[in-house]
Amino acid sequence: MELISALLVQSMQMLLVLAAAPLLTGFVRKVKARLLRRRGPPLIQPYRDMLRLLKKEVVVADNASWIFRVAPYVIFATTWVAAALVPTFATGLLFSWSADLIAIIALLASARFFLALAGMDVGTAFGGIGSSREVMIASLAEPAMLLIVFTMALVARSTQLSAVADVLSTSEVGLRVSLGMALLGLIIVAIAENGRIPVDNPATHLELTMVHEAMVLEYSGRHLAMIELAAAVKLLLYISLIGCIFVPWTLAEPDGSIAAHLAGFGFYLAKLAALGFLLAVFETAIAKMRVFRLPDFVGGALMLGLLGTLLLFVSRSL
Amino acid sequence: MTSVAFLLLCAAALLGVAVLAVACARAYAATPIVYGATLVITLAAAITSCATLVGLAAPAGLVLPIGLPWIGAHFRIDALAAFFLATVNVGGAAASLYALGYGQHEDEPHRVLPFFAAFLAGMNLVVLANDAFSYLLSWEFMSLASWALVIAHHHDPENRRAGFVYLIMAGIGTLALLLALGLLTGPDGNYTFEAIRAGTRTPLTAAIVLVLVLIGAGSKAGLVPLHAWLPLAHPAAPSHVSALMSGVMTKVAVYGFIRIVFDLAGSLPWWSGALVLAIGGLSAVLGVLQALMQDDTKRLLAYSTIENIGIVFIGLGLALAFRANGMEAAAALAMTAALLHVLNHSLFKSLLFFGAGAVLVATGERNMDRMGGLIHRMPVTSFLFLVGCTAISALPPLNGFVSEWLTFQAILLSPDLPQWALKVMVPAVGGLLALAAALAGATFVKTFGIAFLGRPRSNEAATAREVDRFSLAAMALVAMLCLITGIVPGYFVDAVTPITRQFTGGALPLQANLPWLTIMPAVVSGSSYNGLLVFLFIATSAMLAVWTIHRFASHAIRRGPAWDCGFPDASPLTQYSGSSFAQPVRRVFMARTSATHEEVTMPAPGDMQPARFSLVVSDPVWTWLYQPLAGAVEFASLHLNHLQFLTIRRYLSLVFFSLVALLLVLAIWS
Repeated sequence: MELISALLVQSMQMLLVLAAAPLLTGFVRKVKARLLRRRGPPLIQPYRDMLRLLKKEVVVADNASWIFRVAPYVIFATTWVAAALVPTFATGLLFSWSADLIAIIALLASARFFLALAGMDVGTAFGGIGSSREVMIASLAEPAMLLIVFTMALVARSTQLSAVADVLSTSEVGLRVSLGMALLGLIIVAIAENGRIPVDNPATHLELTMVHEAMVLEYSGRHLAMIELAAAVKLLLYISLIGCIFVPWTLAEPDGSIAAHLAGFGFYLAKLAALGFLLAVFETAIAKMRVFRLPDFVGGALMLGLLGTLLLFVSRSL
Repeated sequence: MTSVAFLLLCAAALLGVAVLAVACARAYAATPIVYGATLVITLAAAITSCATLVGLAAPAGLVLPIGLPWIGAHFRIDALAAFFLATVNVGGAAASLYALGYGQHEDEPHRVLPFFAAFLAGMNLVVLANDAFSYLLSWEFMSLASWALVIAHHHDPENRRAGFVYLIMAGIGTLALLLALGLLTGPDGNYTFEAIRAGTRTPLTAAIVLVLVLIGAGSKAGLVPLHAWLPLAHPAAPSHVSALMSGVMTKVAVYGFIRIVFDLAGSLPWWSGALVLAIGGLSAVLGVLQALMQDDTKRLLAYSTIENIGIVFIGLGLALAFRANGMEAAAALAMTAALLHVLNHSLFKSLLFFGAGAVLVATGERNMDRMGGLIHRMPVTSFLFLVGCTAISALPPLNGFVSEWLTFQAILLSPDLPQWALKVMVPAVGGLLALAAALAGATFVKTFGIAFLGRPRSNEAATAREVDRFSLAAMALVAMLCLITGIVPGYFVDAVTPITRQFTGGALPLQANLPWLTIMPAVVSGSSYNGLLVFLFIATSAMLAVWTIHRFASHAIRRGPAWDCGFPDASPLTQYSGSSFAQPVRRVFMARTSATHEEVTMPAPGDMQPARFSLVVSDPVWTWLYQPLAGAVEFASLHLNHLQFLTIRRYLSLVFFSLVALLLVLAIWS
């Protein structure tokens, strides 16, 4: 019985992630549009886009290899698996012990690895520019993320995400300088990894400053739908991650009642809405950076992560 | 027959093959016979050493009445030796299988065949040796055999230069090891490792030994700043030998380091760990940064070896620091991580060098800016090369991730270290390791993306043909091993437990009993990772997505010209090249350093000359260390030159005064 309910919670979370991700994207777009005094597309527009893309035939370049056709599914699968390991509304996921935070980062790195390869597959200049910039940003964002994980792991004495959430929800942790640095760093990394302003502009096409859109320029139909879905899931993953680490009190316990789970679910949606709103406000208020100013921005996250870890090495209570 | 006797027999058989190869290297069937023989012998040796490692055959010693008179040659196999022998011989077997096909393209087989077998024998003997004399003798034999392989293609002046640099560096390395072992044996001169182990020495001696071993073994392994020979020599050899040198010989050097520092030198102070950590971290980052800048596939792989050796030494440095502070369990974790990375790197680096060799056979090119689109012409090679790329980039569920994950876990245990220097240093090294991991990903996106994807940049690439079955079989075998080590790492962690128990006093809890083959390295931290489940999850969700979409949505596909924003350019030269791919990272990490030199010649307005851009990437260690050193040597030799033209009287007085000076030093010393 316990196994069945645990399995139920796990599969619920996996489906929830998949179902809620486009909604979050649509919500952020809507808020951004309203902030710019536009009406904006309806909230369900991302679902419509995705359905339309899924039904269309795909056009593949003549010299595209199997990497080009396999990559969207690999990107989607690794991102989805990573997202399934992040507690959304309840802790104690059935399979949470099978991979920790470091593995989640590495899974996202796998997705990026294949996305960068897919960008180079057809052999166009746009694909190359996107891939080379993506790996440049990743070469700063990934170590920053790992150092942020170190910070949290040193507080929680485990890299397991559910254990981190458990420890951080207890009262003895309290306010800490190192965790503040980790939060700031994590936000920067989340912005960089998801290609939001000021790192990349998800709304541009045909601009030499673009990164993500340049890599997926050749994609169409169901392949593009998979990549878009993976990008939406990734955004949701980072927001869930911030929510589950820094606002862990609302997560339902594994042995909690159905009401507790429902409350956790409600709180989760509220967290998504709040953080999505903040993201939209931030994106509206700031301008896109030049590519070679990005190292200063993302490097800041790296320094914050290093400083946080260093503080914890000096004293466990900082 | 004990395992050590059998392994010695294998080494002797390899030497026999070498002699035989000298005799008949020009014969028609020499290549398949020699590589077939080395394949069988190394396979047998690999099975024996694996059996010894898991405890089926007992550790044993043997004294042969050869070598120094009245002393004999001592050989012994224990868990550490068994682990490294397994690594050496699995790598050797894979290289032999690969060479059954690749060796057919060799123009001068008599320059490769004898030395290949001798090289394998030398590496086996280094690991088996149990006294200082046979150890050094085997070490030098291994170095010379590999040197002969480096200059196998000696018509190319670049290879001759590589051979020259390698010979000098190998000589310095052996000299340092000779001095280290001399200090360890002490004035009594008992050469056996048992006697050295039993001896006691002052902390100063132990410290000097550590530094000497870092020079001796470190130069062979490729630690910064003694790595300068490695990116020259490893690519110069034939590809299967490059795989052996990068994947296996560097591991023999790691074995030498562990044997002397962890085993023979006794207990070392805490700062020994800090020193090793610092060198490891620097090697990891500088190695991978240089790797990313290379356009020569084999040189890129050689630089990436420096990175991976750096990761191994980070693990070893942590183990030393933990051991010096009596934290056995943490030391065991760090050492397990290092040993697992030794195994993993030997597997995926062999695979990648095999792939680079296959491309070399198919196109005659090592410069990736003349490749491209090979995935269409060489589908199997490119798939297997991709497996190697994902493994070395530390992506789950392959094996590179497991050892890096274990290293990270060891780093997270280190705030409990009491020394302040280590407390500040370890997080910095953790940051360097994270940076190296991310840059390794970028490096191998570049390697695979430029060489195998895109459109062909040369005629040779456009007309390349898939390589022979032996080469493909060897690559497939190693790729399979990469996957197995990645998804069931628990068994491999358990296999190295006897080693960590012997050298750190601690051991990880038994992993094989954990549910679903999870690895959970430490009792103190609850972190766990399960490669098998991650693999299954990824595979299942990808299949699910494919099936759902193809069943319920659409599976129509149409081929058309590339879109490229409406302006597709037919020339393949408009694609990103290797150096343009690396440009953003180069600008972020290496701008305004001596490592890169960019020059733009812009013609004056109205001038019809084309604008030119040139880029020179160099290894800063040459300008910072080697050139001043060479300058100093030249200066000294120039000014000491007149000592050669003295009269007998002056020579005699010189001898007399130096004798007096030495005696004075001795008198003041004691």
